[in-house]
Amino acid sequence: MATIAFTPNLRRHLDAESARVPVGTVRSALESVFSTNQRLRSYILDDQGALRQHVVVFIDGRRVTDRARLTDVVNEESEIYVMQALSGG
Amino acid sequence: MGDRFLVATRKGLFTFRRSAGGGWQQSDLAFLGEPVSFALSDARDGSLYAALNLGHFGVKLHRATNGGGFKEIAAPHFPEQPESHDDPTPWSVQQIWSLAAGGDGEAGLIWAGTIPGGLFRSTDCGDSWELVESLWNRPDRLSWSGGGYDYPGIHSICVDPRDSRQLTLGISIGGVWRSEDAGQSWEPRTEGMFAVYVPPDLRADPNSQDPHRLVQSPSHPEVFWAQHHNGVFRSVDAGISWREISGVSPSVFGFAVEVHPSDPETAWFVPAVKDECRVPVDGKLVVSRTRDGGETFEVLRDGLPQTHAYDLIYRHALAVDETGDRLVMGSTTGSLWVSENQGDSWECVTTQLPPVAAVHFAAA
Repeated sequence: MATIAFTPNLRRHLDAESARVPVGTVRSALESVFSTNQRLRSYILDDQGALRQHVVVFIDGRRVTDRARLTDVVNEESEIYVMQALSGG
Repeated sequence: MGDRFLVATRKGLFTFRRSAGGGWQQSDLAFLGEPVSFALSDARDGSLYAALNLGHFGVKLHRATNGGGFKEIAAPHFPEQPESHDDPTPWSVQQIWSLAAGGDGEAGLIWAGTIPGGLFRSTDCGDSWELVESLWNRPDRLSWSGGGYDYPGIHSICVDPRDSRQLTLGISIGGVWRSEDAGQSWEPRTEGMFAVYVPPDLRADPNSQDPHRLVQSPSHPEVFWAQHHNGVFRSVDAGISWREISGVSPSVFGFAVEVHPSDPETAWFVPAVKDECRVPVDGKLVVSRTRDGGETFEVLRDGLPQTHAYDLIYRHALAVDETGDRLVMGSTTGSLWVSENQGDSWECVTTQLPPVAAVHFAAA
């Protein structure tokens, strides 16, 4: 299992607790969280299911590159951080 | 008489109430720090709606019912974009630019206009939304363009008070669109409008018209006023034809327009210098009012700053109450004024708000 953590700035709006998620892709990791926290989806993904313009995701210190399909690989010991990009002001 | 109004700002939703003594005071503050792009009070049931545009986390919509606090509800969102659809406009809501209640007999019906230019419909007070595909899928829509924002948007939704199946939209930049069957079909209504910011061949093109704001007379719904990018226009036949109103002083450029609730001849505008210089003419903030359908205008300045004023009144930031006597306007530099006499004189309520996007009278 990998781990996923969310920027504490989300807590102004809703709960977004760290979680253990199955290996796979960023998409599957996020879907695992959304399955128990549906509201969170629209805060992270846009209408087409891509990462919001000013949200950034890191896997083991690397910024994910496939922001539309979210296919970057998540391994057994991966640490995923969902952050707000500074570009968002 | 409107004794309460909402002020949607760059950093929160402020509520002001009129005291027994006649002064206006801030009574509530919600969403401090968050951009609020629009606010609506639904006169049918007293519900309040606040549209948020969170910088990182997208567009959200909140509703307050029965005098309670705001709670997040569903926000309009686009369906999945077909892979075959070659569309330069993102199918993702970037801003809720307008909200409008349906007719008196349509409990729960709410319309939302967004950037990019989607019209959305909810029949359950915003708990769920559907895109009005009859408009979105029109080929004309691909000719719309951004005006002030990167993508076109629907900022004005006029629901005919006599027959709520008749809807009229103002779109920047995409013209005026009319439906007479509750949004099942649409046609452009811009005959007589013209655009000076496009090549001559497109001067009369419906999709090139940029009405900054469109309002409909509540008492005579066939009458519309439009503050257009290059002037003021008026229609007395439900938008079938438009006539330029050229006598607005001190300038025909601006964003806001309001129409008197029972007198279609009376309307208010807040002029700015011009497109390239969006500040009051000569540093003097004034309101321009006509009482004769645009034949003549009075320049109203009593109580408004007349030196070094750089306030711009944005398209939704001027409102009139149901009596037509009381007006409120808020500026992009955070000032707020109220008039109790149709604009003859103004009282400054505060100069310390965040930039004001919209004002809206609400039932007390």
